[in-house]
Amino acid sequence: MSARATFATMRRVLSQLRHDPRTLAMLLVVPCLLIGLLAWVFDGTDTFDRIGAPLLGVFPFVVMFLVTSVATLRERTSGTLERLLTMPIGKLDFLLGYALAFGALAVAQAALASGLALSVLGLDVAGPSWLLLVVALLDGLLGMALGLLVSAFAQTEFQAVQFLPAIVLPQFLLCGLLVPRDAMADVLHAISDVLPLSYAVDAMRHVTTTDALDAAVAGDIAVVTSAIVLALGLGAATLRRQSS
Amino acid sequence: MNKAFPAISVTGLTVVRGGRTAVDDISFRIPTGSLTGLLGPSGCGKSTLMRSIVGVQVIAGGTVQVLGMPAGSAPLRSKVAYVTQAPSVYPDLTVTENLRYFAAVLGAPSSDIARVLDEVGLGDRGDAVTGQLSGGQKARVSLATALLGQPEVLVLDEPTVGLDPVLRRDLWALFNGLAASGRTLLVSSHVMDEAQRCERLLLMREGRLLADETPGDLLARTGEADVETAFLSLIEKEQVPA
Repeated sequence: MSARATFATMRRVLSQLRHDPRTLAMLLVVPCLLIGLLAWVFDGTDTFDRIGAPLLGVFPFVVMFLVTSVATLRERTSGTLERLLTMPIGKLDFLLGYALAFGALAVAQAALASGLALSVLGLDVAGPSWLLLVVALLDGLLGMALGLLVSAFAQTEFQAVQFLPAIVLPQFLLCGLLVPRDAMADVLHAISDVLPLSYAVDAMRHVTTTDALDAAVAGDIAVVTSAIVLALGLGAATLRRQSS
Repeated sequence: MNKAFPAISVTGLTVVRGGRTAVDDISFRIPTGSLTGLLGPSGCGKSTLMRSIVGVQVIAGGTVQVLGMPAGSAPLRSKVAYVTQAPSVYPDLTVTENLRYFAAVLGAPSSDIARVLDEVGLGDRGDAVTGQLSGGQKARVSLATALLGQPEVLVLDEPTVGLDPVLRRDLWALFNGLAASGRTLLVSSHVMDEAQRCERLLLMREGRLLADETPGDLLARTGEADVETAFLSLIEKEQVPA
């Protein structure tokens, strides 16, 4: 472990983003546009209040999944990862560097989108808004950790992008946003019980309905955090210093 | 630094890649503070051999020791610098940003950045975005990375390919200077005339070592005037049944 290598990696990833202003702008603006569109589509119903906050957690999850799986795949195929792993940097330093950079991005993204939703679009949230940001950050980190893991199973960027519908969409369908999880068939409910996005969305829903950090939110946060650690651990195992 | 002590010692190395033997039972030693050229045609196993020395290659048999430690050991990570054949730098960062990152990872002082840029002849391109440089310039950014810090062993895979003659001469002078200051360099090339610039030669073909000697000894032994024809005569001799 080396804090120097971790922070250097964070700075490097942020510099790469700075050189790509179009990606950066889309990362920050698109969630705002989508949440605005959602409020407009459901104008005059209570649907926006029900799914608005959970979606604020789904955006960073999806975006970070996509960005990380492509970014890590590039590191693997361009030889930069192999070169780094011949240098005095730990796998964890590398991963944490990415987590810090993309985590900062997830916070900025969630702050903009939720700021817009709470102030302009009139989203009703009972809990504190900092908790909303914490959960959104965790959702972004979860997407990042899963993206990193799946990048090991893709050889090309085409394949990496296909993991979005393969890994993210089923979780979205089963997370309880479209149909409450209690109302699902037993098999589907059981599957949704082991998918991390279910807990991420649950946590967001709790934040909107209760005004404090209660046990239910804390439990969801614990599950999401464990899923992040597990996925990062598995992802670290796919970073090999030696290959055939 | 002990000149007699081999910086790199390879014994019975065999590597199988994709079901075919890429490196076939190779043994040699490279003395500390020397510049050794690894020559052979494309696909003869040079890169695989270099990857084994850096410790990123899974090997099928034999041992590879670098500075007295097994190749790829953690203490070697700040002592061995490696440049891959394809430039492995970040195309979306500027040249200086690339070097700043790798210098930070290596713990090299930031004053190294200007030095290595000058050494590879890119002193005026620090602010250029790496992806917009020519192929040869990108390769030099990648090479500059390996010169950061104080590596004791440099493993350079075709660092001079496609460069103009003046630049190639300057880089070989740089490599010779590094060797004179006690570093150990293994530099590969598929251009035979670069052999003249090395103290020692390893000639490879189809995964096996044809020669391990000084250029002068090679020419004397084969009775040829240049390394290219010496290489051919070694291959012909090999094909005559004993």
